[in-house]
This record gives sequence, structure tokens and C-alpha cells, in this order.
Amino acid sequence: MLDLLAAVGRGVIGACRATGAASLFGLEGLLGILRPPLQPRLFGRAFVEFAYFSLPVVALTAIFTGMVLALQSFTGFARFNAEGAVANVVVLSITRELGPVLAGLMVAGRVGAAMAAELGTMRVTDQIDALATLSTDPMKYLVAPRLAAGIIALPLLVVVADILGVMGGFLVGTVSLGFSVPTYLHNTFTFMQTGDVVSGLIKAAVFGFVIALMGCYHGYHSRGGAEGVGSATTAAVVSASILILALDYLLTQIFFVR
Amino acid sequence: MSEPRIRLRGLRKSFGEKRVLDGVDLEVAAGTSLVVIGGSGSGKSVLLKCVLGLIEPDAGTIEIDGVDILALDARARRAARAAIGMLFQNGALFDSLPVWENVAFGPLARRTLARRDARAFAARILASVGIADSVGTLYPSALSGGMQKRVALARAIAGEPAILFFDEPTTGLDPIVGAIIDQLVVDCVKRLGSTAIAITHDMASARRIGDRAAMLHHGRIVWDGPAARLFDSGNAIVDQFTHGRSEGPITMELRR
Repeated sequence: MLDLLAAVGRGVIGACRATGAASLFGLEGLLGILRPPLQPRLFGRAFVEFAYFSLPVVALTAIFTGMVLALQSFTGFARFNAEGAVANVVVLSITRELGPVLAGLMVAGRVGAAMAAELGTMRVTDQIDALATLSTDPMKYLVAPRLAAGIIALPLLVVVADILGVMGGFLVGTVSLGFSVPTYLHNTFTFMQTGDVVSGLIKAAVFGFVIALMGCYHGYHSRGGAEGVGSATTAAVVSASILILALDYLLTQIFFVR
Repeated sequence: MSEPRIRLRGLRKSFGEKRVLDGVDLEVAAGTSLVVIGGSGSGKSVLLKCVLGLIEPDAGTIEIDGVDILALDARARRAARAAIGMLFQNGALFDSLPVWENVAFGPLARRTLARRDARAFAARILASVGIADSVGTLYPSALSGGMQKRVALARAIAGEPAILFFDEPTTGLDPIVGAIIDQLVVDCVKRLGSTAIAITHDMASARRIGDRAAMLHHGRIVWDGPAARLFDSGNAIVDQFTHGRSEGPITMELRR
């Protein structure tokens, strides 16, 4: 019994320590964004990697999600003669939840893993130490531009995801489910509020930060050669995904529950 | 006697239960080269990393030109360490940057070099280590081990540092390339008038690079003398190590 308690205690202490270390790491990275000199070239490189190269995967995810959502809503609502609410459900679900969450999860798998692998390789091959010996703060050079890119890029990706997700629902609604184009569009735009979109974009900024933070944190602290880099990559994706889902709940509570 | 450029006093560092440095005392006179030898895991790299500020020692002092850098604030420490160039064991070249940008990285970061002049600057430094300008546009992954070492050496000397550290400069190289790298190291140190510390397992390299040599064993310096005396030091530990004997005071725990 005591052994079990000790194991649980060690786990809790370890989790607290890791949370504290990651928080301080993130804070230092954020301060690095604000501290001159700015690093526009590094930010640009990270931004292209984060936003441009993630565009196809986010676009495909959003459009198919919108299509499925329209189909599911229609068949479900048909049970109580509420098929007319399909357009409303699609636009609300996409802008408030599915756009930021699914884009976040897809980008966590693509970019978070790549960040962890890149920084992890730099760590185990002494490149991060080499930076420090060349009068360069690794936090400022490696971490800050990636955090900034995450915070800015994911909201932009979510704008695209929102548009394509709603468009996916529109296509299914008008082509397969028999809605007229004016009716579907009317239902979409009269029901959607600015706050729905803005809350999704704020969530996206938070998720983008979390993805970059977990990728950088686990990569930066990786140890032990190729195996360590592999573990860091896995940890980055898993922790970012869980944090996205947990923070989504928290932010939804803050935004929508009065 | 003049003040040594580098002086370590009572340097200690432990990782958990393992005591890696156990009171290291060491001095390096200005303009001379010291080679630190010692078995694998004896703490040679940790010693260099402590001086570089990559690892914080548990106790002791690290003086550069008479100033204890551990007593300085972070900014002053960074400034003091900017005077140190480092050649890492595996080169540690930035694989996302072309060779010329690797070489010019330090001066660009310190803003002592304009970006428009960096390409020509890198070509000049690369020429000093025998590398053609055309290599400058390649990425490190396209280079052989010997070429990577030379580029790493070029990067280390690009800022004309007053102090140079070399971590296993010839590891993984064939004897001829190793000898070429050693000669480049000696030439660079002499040309810049730098003070150098090299750590190595390679006895031929140690004698070629070093003016003096020191042996690190069980976290302490157990011998310090002229590099030319490495093979007849009169110290049983050094003798066993330099002659590569399995019998002697150095014992290895082997799992059978």
C-alpha cells in the first residue's frame, strides 16, 4: 500500500515539476519574442513551416468535417423534424469548436512533431550548445520565433478551416440534402455571430502557442540520441493534443457559460 | 610569474550520486596550449562545458584573466565567454544553414559583421583552413567528416577568439586527416595568439597540439607537465593511459 502511495506521489510530484518547468520555459520564450533584436527571418521560416505547409492537411480536414457534420446533423435532426437547423449547427460547430480543435490536432501531429525532432536532433548533436558558444541565446533564436509563429499562424489556418468547413456543409446541404442555396446561406449567416468566430480564433492562438511550446520544450530537453529524439517527438504530440482538448473545455467554459 | 589566462580552482560537479569533477585545479598561461587527457567518462567534456558556461559547476572558481566568471552577472558572463571559440567533438555544425553561414554565424550574431559582407568573410576564413570557396554554398550533410571538422574549426576561429577549446578534434578521422586537423589547430592557435585547451584520447594528437598536458582521473588532475613528457611522465596512471596498458592503477569495472 505504501509502495503504491509512493508511486502515486512520485508521479504527482513529477507532473507538477514538469508543468512548472514547461511554464517557465514558455514564459522565457514569450519574453524572447518581446526582447530585441527581432528575428524576422527566423520567424518567417517558422511561420511558413507552421502555416503554409499545414494548409493542405487543415483544408482537407475542415472540408470533410463540414460535409460529415451536415450529413450527421440532417439524419439526426430528421428524427424530430429539425432538418432546417443543419446550416446553423454546421456553422456553430465549425467556428466555435471543430475548426480550432481539429486544425490544432492536425498541426500538433505535423508541426509539433517536426519541431520536437528538429530541436531534439540539435540538442543531441550539440548544435544548441554551439549556439550558446556563438553569443546566441537558444531560447531567443530557436524557441521565440516558433512560439510567435504558432500564435499567429494557427488563427489564420482556422480562418481557412472555418470557410472550408462551412463550405463542405454547404455543398452537402445543397447538392445532397435538397436545401436551396439562398436558404442555406441565409441560415448560415443570420445565425452566425462575430463572437463565434472570434472565440474560435482566440482558441486557435492558444492552441498554436501550446503546439509550439510542447514541440520546443520536449525537443529542447531531449536526451540520449535517436531514441531520445523519438521519445521527445511522441511526448510533444501527445502532450499538445491532450492540452488542446483540456484547454478547449476551459476556454469554452470561459467564453460561453455565464 | 604572469597571471594565467585561465585558472580553475577546486572545480566540482556531480550528476546525482556520480561525482564527475572533484576539485579540479588547473592553470593555462596566455598563448599556450594545454591538452587534457583522461579515460572515457572522466569528465573532460564536463570540464570544458563548465568553463564555457554550458554546465553550472557545484563549487569552485573559473578565472579568465583574473576575473572569476562565476561571480559575474549573466550579461557579463556572456561577454566573457564571447572570447572563447569552441570546436565540438562532432563539429555541431548547424545543418539547416549552408557552410558559409555556419562560419559567419558568430560575427553575424555579435553584429560585428554585416550580412552583405558575410559571404566574402566566410570564404576568407574557409581558405585559412584549406577549404575552397565553392564549398561555402553546400550544407554540412554534404561534407565528409574531415571537411566538417575543418568547417567547424573555421567557425570556431571566425571571431578571432582569445581562447580556443577543442573537444576531441581528431575523433572519427583517419590518421592522415587527423594529422592535418592537428596542424590546422596549431596554425590557428599560433596565428591568433590564442590560449587553447584541447581534450583528447589521441596521444599522437595530444603531443602535436599541446605545449603542456594534464591527466584527469577520478575527477582530479593527477599529473600536469610538458606534453613532450607524456610518454615518460613518471606517473603510473599517465603511463598506463598513454601506453594503453590493461594492467595498472586504472581499473575498469567490467560486467562479466
